[in-house]
This record gives sequence, C-alpha cells and structure tokens, in this order.
Amino acid sequence: MNEETKLAAESELAHAPLPEPDTRPEEDLSERVKTLSPGQLVLKRFFRSKLSVIGLVILVMLFLICFIGPLFSPDMDYKTVDYDGAEQITAEKITYEVNGETYTMYDIQYTPSINLKGAPSSKHLLGTDENGRDVLLRLMYGGRISLTIGFVVILLEMIVGVILGGIAGYFGGVVDQIIMRIVDVFYCIPQMPILFICSALLSANEINGFARIYWLMLVLVVFGWAGTARMVRGQILSLREQEFMLAARSMGLPAGRKIFRHLVPNVMPQLIVQMTLGLGGIILTESTLSFLGLGVPIPYSTWGNMLSCLTKGDFSILSDHFNIWGPAGICIMLAVLSFNFIGDGLRDAFDPKMKK
Amino acid sequence: MVKYVLKRLLIAVFVVFGVTFITYALFRMMPDNYVYLKFQATSQNNPDWEAQAERVMELYGLNVSVVKGYFTWLGGALRGNFGNSFIDGSEVVSKIKTAIPVSFWMNLIVTLLQLVIAIPLGIRAAVNQYGPMDYATTVFTLLGISLPSFFFAAICIKIFAVDLGWFDSSLGLLSIDFSGNLFQKIINMAWHLVLPILLMTILSLGGLMRYTRTNMLEVLNADYIRTARAKGVHKGSVIYKHAFKNTAIPLVTMLAGILPGLFGGSYVIEQLFGIQGIGYVSYQATIQGDIPFVMSYYLFMTVLTVLGILLADIMYAVVDPRVKLGR
Amino acid sequence: MSDINKKSEEEQAEVFAAAATEADGEVQISAASAVESIQPEENDAVPQAQQKKKIKMPESIKKLFVKGISSAELRNYESVEPTEQEKAENILIANHIKQYFPIETNIIGQPTRFLKAVDDVSVRIPYGKTVGIVGESGCGKTTLGRTILGLYRKTAGDVYFDGKNITDYTDRQMNSIRTDMQVIFQDPYSSLSLRFSIGNIISEGVAVHKIVPKSEIKDYVIDIMVRCGLQPQHYERYPYEFSGGQRQRICIARALAIKPKFIVCDEPVSALDVSIQAQILNLLKDLQNERGLAYMFISHDLSVVQHISDSVGVMYLGSMVESGSTDAIFAEPMHPYTRSLLSAVPVPDPRRKADRVILSGSIPSPANPPSGCRFHTRCPECMGICAEVAPKYREYKPGHFCACHLYPQD
Repeated sequence: MNEETKLAAESELAHAPLPEPDTRPEEDLSERVKTLSPGQLVLKRFFRSKLSVIGLVILVMLFLICFIGPLFSPDMDYKTVDYDGAEQITAEKITYEVNGETYTMYDIQYTPSINLKGAPSSKHLLGTDENGRDVLLRLMYGGRISLTIGFVVILLEMIVGVILGGIAGYFGGVVDQIIMRIVDVFYCIPQMPILFICSALLSANEINGFARIYWLMLVLVVFGWAGTARMVRGQILSLREQEFMLAARSMGLPAGRKIFRHLVPNVMPQLIVQMTLGLGGIILTESTLSFLGLGVPIPYSTWGNMLSCLTKGDFSILSDHFNIWGPAGICIMLAVLSFNFIGDGLRDAFDPKMKK
Repeated sequence: MVKYVLKRLLIAVFVVFGVTFITYALFRMMPDNYVYLKFQATSQNNPDWEAQAERVMELYGLNVSVVKGYFTWLGGALRGNFGNSFIDGSEVVSKIKTAIPVSFWMNLIVTLLQLVIAIPLGIRAAVNQYGPMDYATTVFTLLGISLPSFFFAAICIKIFAVDLGWFDSSLGLLSIDFSGNLFQKIINMAWHLVLPILLMTILSLGGLMRYTRTNMLEVLNADYIRTARAKGVHKGSVIYKHAFKNTAIPLVTMLAGILPGLFGGSYVIEQLFGIQGIGYVSYQATIQGDIPFVMSYYLFMTVLTVLGILLADIMYAVVDPRVKLGR
Repeated sequence: MSDINKKSEEEQAEVFAAAATEADGEVQISAASAVESIQPEENDAVPQAQQKKKIKMPESIKKLFVKGISSAELRNYESVEPTEQEKAENILIANHIKQYFPIETNIIGQPTRFLKAVDDVSVRIPYGKTVGIVGESGCGKTTLGRTILGLYRKTAGDVYFDGKNITDYTDRQMNSIRTDMQVIFQDPYSSLSLRFSIGNIISEGVAVHKIVPKSEIKDYVIDIMVRCGLQPQHYERYPYEFSGGQRQRICIARALAIKPKFIVCDEPVSALDVSIQAQILNLLKDLQNERGLAYMFISHDLSVVQHISDSVGVMYLGSMVESGSTDAIFAEPMHPYTRSLLSAVPVPDPRRKADRVILSGSIPSPANPPSGCRFHTRCPECMGICAEVAPKYREYKPGHFCACHLYPQD
C-alpha cells in the first residue's frame, strides 16, 4: 500500500505539466520603490513624533468643542444670564410719624435671584460665573474668539513679514537698509508696555464692543510682524547665494518665477514652524491683555477675560470657585502647549538632519 | 570690530529715537489727556482751571504738534530733565528709582535660581537624549512656556496660600497687621516674596533649559567629543570638561543679553501679588496716561533692550573666536 | 583624501569670497593690520610702543574717511572690438574681465579696498571646442566662469557672445540669451532644488523658454534624461533619492534641455568618485561631438583638463599666467607656476623618478596680493624685478601666452 501510493505519487509527478517558463520581463526593482515627495516625507516624520500627534489631537478637540459645542445649546449664549426662577419679592413696611400723622410706606424689592457662582450641575456642567452666565458656554464662545484672533493675527503677520522681509532680502541695497531699520525699531519696542498704551488708547477713544476685537488684532499685527520679516530676510539672503538659485538665474527664469517657485517654497518650512510657535505666543498675549481688562471687552468672552474676574477684588472667586476661572486657564495652557508640540514636531520633521 | 560696534551704536540710537517717538505719538493720539481731566475735576472751586491746564500742557509740549512735542520732551530728556509725574507730581526719576530695587532684587534671585536649576537639568537632558529625563524636561519646559503666568499664579495662590495656608494671601510685601523690628520685617518680606519668586523662576526655567539642551546636544554630537570618548576619557570628564565648556559660550552670550532685563518688572506677577515694583507702577501710569513717567520709563526700557541685544552680539564675538563680526 | 581636502578648501575660498561681497569681518581686520604696517613711520623720535598706542584707535576710524574708488577708475583699459573673423571663430570673447568685491567701505558706503577675485583676464572660446581653466583653490576660476555668464555683476570687462556685444546687457536681455549659455555647477547636491521632482527640474527651463511645444515637453525631457544616462522612471523622483554621479547627470540634463551652444562646466566632476568622473567626462565629450557644444571647463585636476580640453588657461591669484593649446602647455610649460603644477600630477609609473617642484607657502590672500608679479612670493626662480614690476602677458609662440620675467618683455 505504501509502495502503491508512492508510485501513484511518482506517476502523478511525471504527468504533471511542466511549470511554464517565466516569460514576464524581469521586473526592475527600482520600479517597486515608492517615491515620496518631500512634503509626504515631512508628514511621515511629523506623525512619527508622539508629542506632535498629541498636540494635534488636543487642538482638533479644542476646535471641535469650541465651534460645534455651542450649537447644542440654542437657548443660551455667552451673555445669557441664568435666572433660576426662585425670584423673591420682599416688602418692607415703613411707618413715619410726622406732626402726629402716620404715613405708611412699602418698600417693595424684587430680587430676580440670579444663579450666581453656581456650582457645576446638570444644567451648567461647569457652573455659572459671577454674573450668572454659563461657564462652559462662555468657554466655548471664548475659544472661538481666542483661536480666531490667534489665526487671523498670525496670518496677517506672516503676510506682512514675508512681503517686507522678502523685498528686503531679494533686492538688498537701499531698500533693504530702509526696511531693516524700520524692522529694528519694531523689533525693539517692549511688547507688553506698548500694548498697554494701545489698549488705553482704544479705551480713551471709546472703541468698545466687537470693533475693539478688530482693533486688537490690528495692534497685535503692527507690533508683531518684525520678527517674521527678520527671519524671512535672513533666509532669503542665505538662499540667494546658494547654487540652486544661481542655477535658476543661469536658466534665465523671470524674477517672479524665481521668487515664488524657488525662494518662497524654501522659506516655507521655517515660516510654518514660526507660525505654529507664534500662534501660542499670540494666544498668550491676547489672554494676558484680556486678563488685565485691556483686551477683548466684556460681555464678549475670551479665555483671557474669563480669568479677569480674579482682578476685580472678589477674593472668594479665587479661593472657592475654581470652576469659574480654572477651565479657561487650562484651555489656554492646552492650546498653547499643543501649538508648541506641533511646532516642535514640524521643526524636527522639516529638518533634513533629523532623519531618524 | 570698531566699525561694527560704531555702526551698531548708530543703529541703536536710531532705534531708541524710533521707539520713543512711536510711544509718544500713541500717547498724543488720546482724545483727552490726563492733565485736562485732572484740572477739569477741580473746576468747581477753581474757575481758572482751563488756563492753568493750558499752562501745564504748554510746559510739557502737549498743545503743539506731535513732532514738536516730541522734540520738546526729547530736549528735556537729553538735558536730564524728565519732568514730574502727572499723577502725584513727584519727580519721575526718583519715582523710577524707588520702584526699581524691588523688581531688581526679585529678578536677580530669579535669574540665579534659574541658572542653578536650568543648566544642570539641561545638560542631564542632553546627555540622556530621548531618555525619560529628556522627555520630562521637554514637557516641563513646554509647560513653563505655555502656562499663562496669571493662571499659574492664581493656582499657586489658591493651593499654597489659601488651601494650605503656607503663605499670606493678602496683597503687598508686608502683612497688613505687621509690627516688629527690622529683622522681623525682612523675614516677613521674604515670606511674602517666596511665592512670586518661585513662580517667576518656574515660568522662566523652560527657555534656558531648552537652550542649554540644544547647545549641549550640538556639542555632544561633535567629532572631538567622540574622539575624547574613544580615547577613553571618563564620561563625566567628557561632559563637564570638554562639552560643557563649549556649551558655556552661547550661555554666556545669552546671559549678557538678559542682564539689562534685570531692571525691568513683571507686570502680571507684580499686579497679582500687589508688589509695588517697576512693573506695577509703570502699568498704573500707562493706563492713566502719565506721559512724563511712561516716556521716561519706556526710554529706559528701550535702551535696556537695545543694549541687551548689542551686548549679546558683541559677547558672542568676544567669547567665540570663530565668530567674525561683519555687516 | 586629497580630493576632499581640496574641495573643502575650495568651498572655504568661495565662502570667503561670498562673504567679502558684503561683509568686512576678518578680511577687514587683516587688511587693517596690513595698512598699519605699510604706513610710513612719521615720528621716529616717539618710542615705538607709544606711537602704536596713539595711532591704533584712530586708524580704524580714519579708514572711514578715505576717498572711495569709482567704477570708472576700474575700467582703465581700451575696449578693442574683435574683428569679424575673430567673432566668427569664437563663441565667446571676453576681454579684461575684472571681478572685484568691495571689502572695505568708507562712511558713505563707497568701496575703498577690493578683493580682486578676477583681475584683468581675457579668454576666448572657439565654437565646438573646450577651453580648460586650471589653478589652485581660490584663484578665481569659478568666479571667472560665473562673471562671464553674468551671474555676478562684473566690475569691468567686455564680453562678446555669439557675435553680439553683451557687455552692457540688462538682466532681462541676458534672460533672452540664457538658452545659449548654460552652467554645470561643482556641487550636485546644492545646485538642485530639493523640493522639485527631477522632471520638474529639467522641464522648467524648457517650459519657460518654450523650447518645444507644451504637449511634447515630457517626451522631450525623458529623451534628454535617457541621453544623459538616466532612466525614464526617474522623471517622478526627487533629488534626495539620487547619488552624486546621478545628480550631476541631472544637472547636465537640465543644462542640455534648453539646447545651449556653450556650457561653463564648473568643476563638474571634482565632487565625484574617480570611476564616476570618467563616465561623466565621456558623457560630456560625447555630447560635444553630437551637438557641437563649446565648453569652458574649470578644474583643479590637471589630468582631467588634459583629457578633455583643446586649450588650457592657467590662473593664479585672479590673473591668467599662461595659456595655450593643451599639447603645448603640457609638453613645454613656460611659466614656473605651470611647471610646478604639472610636476605635481601623479604619474602611474613606479620607476619614473619624481622631480617635483614643490612650492613653499600657500596662496596669498587676493584681498592683499603681493606687489609686482603675484607669484613672486612662491616662485622658485624669483628675481629682483619680480617683486617690483608685474610682467606683461605676451604671446611667445603662436597661441601660447605667458606672463613671466623669465622671458623677454618687449
């Protein structure tokens, strides 16, 4: 039986068709290499770093909460004061006696009983603030304003910085001298004090309400672009001398193409890194100003002015009502921290030396 | 070198002019100034208030054009006449002089603590790159940079002063009901200063730590360090003798840069703790529009900033023989 | 090893030259000390030390008030229009090229001292031929090439290209003739923009100058790539995926794609391994035969130059010391510098006895060149006159020029 099967197997082998010769052309190994563009490489390196991914996740969460969260509470917004319904009417009877006649007066007081400094409850997940407004809602609306200010300011700063720095670096000579002296002045202005002055100026001109937010952005841009311009100029100066720029020149490319196809893309990495790191700085500055009561005016909420209740002399808020000011502070910290994580991650990802 | 320094000094003078001019122009853009308001308040028992206000404004060049007014102020300042504060009428210079020491001593202690803590930690982090120590340092550094100072201060006051009761939570440098001799006074003041100084130290640690780490890493990756390790030099010796000496160069530079900053104040911390330092005083003066004080103070600050940058650049060339000053 | 050394030296020299265009750093310091030492001693009665103290500080400030040198002063030569026949024979005629970089300026920004990177050099490059330029690191070869192409704004000099006088061409006019003149750089790493794919790098010039219709660009570029030894699938790749030799092929393809008549090859092989060098050189030679290209081949490697050039120019410290046909130069070098260079070429023959002329010292700084003949500080045959009078650059045999006091000057 053993032999039989063996034979059968042998005969089967013998009758099996011969394996067909491989007629496919020999595959070029190099075709199998997956080509990654430099941008894809950067992303790949960026996502390899844990901290930057954490930063990105936190940031996305913050954005989602701030911009979508308020939609779930259509009957309240950042300035809605919560009356908890337990209003009181007190009447006090006052009697006078003048010249033997008796006058009777009633002092009637209506206390709408606002839910002040309410503890966290199912209705107000983070409680209410010193004016009876919902802290969580203010937090979300505040996040909208704080984050928007951050992005708008940094974007404008970058535009101004790239244009002026680019002109200075590319053309050099007298233009460079003039622009750089202006940059020097704006770079050396002590930032916080000048912002105090500007805020005082805005208050003195009675610019309040929403317009003040625009003015605040403008002020932040005016006193913030110099760093970018310096960086861009330095980058362009060093790039201009490199051989690939000489090659572009010898190729006879027009100036616009040289600037926007060759110079600008090479400045982008540093620009993006500086943007992310700068975003955190702007959010911090804005919140410090708002904290001191010089930034975005109440009733608008930002993360900074949600903490300004601490400066109003009501010590009990600091000691007993962490839920009013704590969350805003934590949000600022998280936002700035994640921008820093992302910025660091991007810097490492862009740096070709860091090919680990 | 001489030419470079000369050129830099010229630019520095220009920058100081530019900054003070911008500051002055901003002040003058206010619709009604402090002087006018102050005299207006006395209008009930002073029928002549408008004329008096005019006189004071003329004295300070407030009723002429911005450019003219600026040069009036500048002319006075160059002759050492900084004027009197609008708020309390005291001389600006003496007002600044009384406010600075508090801030200066605080800053000095903070800077020293910062050096003692940040540099060793930075070196540690660099030596164990990607180790737990390094990650801890990085996170801590970024936390320090990301924490809003006012929030951090509020938390610390809540925890240490209110909840734990280790410190006095009232404002000011002295307890409200304080009485005692000089020694007790010093102890009491020190007790009040512990929290703000710790706060400022922790908040400023990050930058220096990161700077030390980056520079140390750069040095540690250099070939001569590898050579030293390869020829069998002890690890500690390599780190502290070979590597640290080279890391010290950028550190010294950075220190030269922050030296002038010692005279500046911290607005938020001084405000929160009620310390009457230069930050607090100048903040109050700014929001009230006290032009003579604020102008003088900002002149002082700008000179310090410009000097810091210049000092750092020159130090860099002096300490590091490879650096050639140019441009 | 020596190659690497040479390369890094070369780079240093270039960095130095580039820095000198704007900066005054160390150059200034060394120049300052030189000026001091030249300064005649006025008060012999004053003790040395005291005098030094007195003048040391003001000296650096005094320099700020020296009268500046105008550009007209630097154009102190006669412009001679080449004859029609010369124009018809040579694709490029460059006369009296000077490229000075200001290293010191006075208080109003006029230059007072220069780094003379190229000082009065004349070159002719015939159609379809290769002219080699050799010399030590930092002698101004690279600068000469770039100046001729108009990549640097030249200080002085006349340039005729393809029969046209392009001396005073503006940037825009230059752009219109860029398709005829190209350059291949020494460093294939830094001369490619890292953010573009190979296809984009090569096709950019083609598209801008409309060499072929838009629809044919890709096929055209792939054609050129294949001709230069690259593979079609490299079209989508990025420079970081390539080795040095392949990158140099990309550079060559980029230059060739816009159909030039003249290419400046600026040390195209010195960054490459020897085995790759030969491949690239042969590629360049093949392309020359195919398309009738003219090359200006800059190198510090004499054997490479001998292999590829029809005629050779030898540069030392910014000026041409000898030029002639390759055979003449290698067979009977006239200038002592050329001789010492040739004696340094290694010969793969163990029995041949080396009688090397070894130069002492190193190349002086072009910011502060020696008086008279620039080579006299290192010349093995230096005579008294050499330190005082600069020798004339004369034609001794037909086509063989030399500047040396060893030969009759009149």
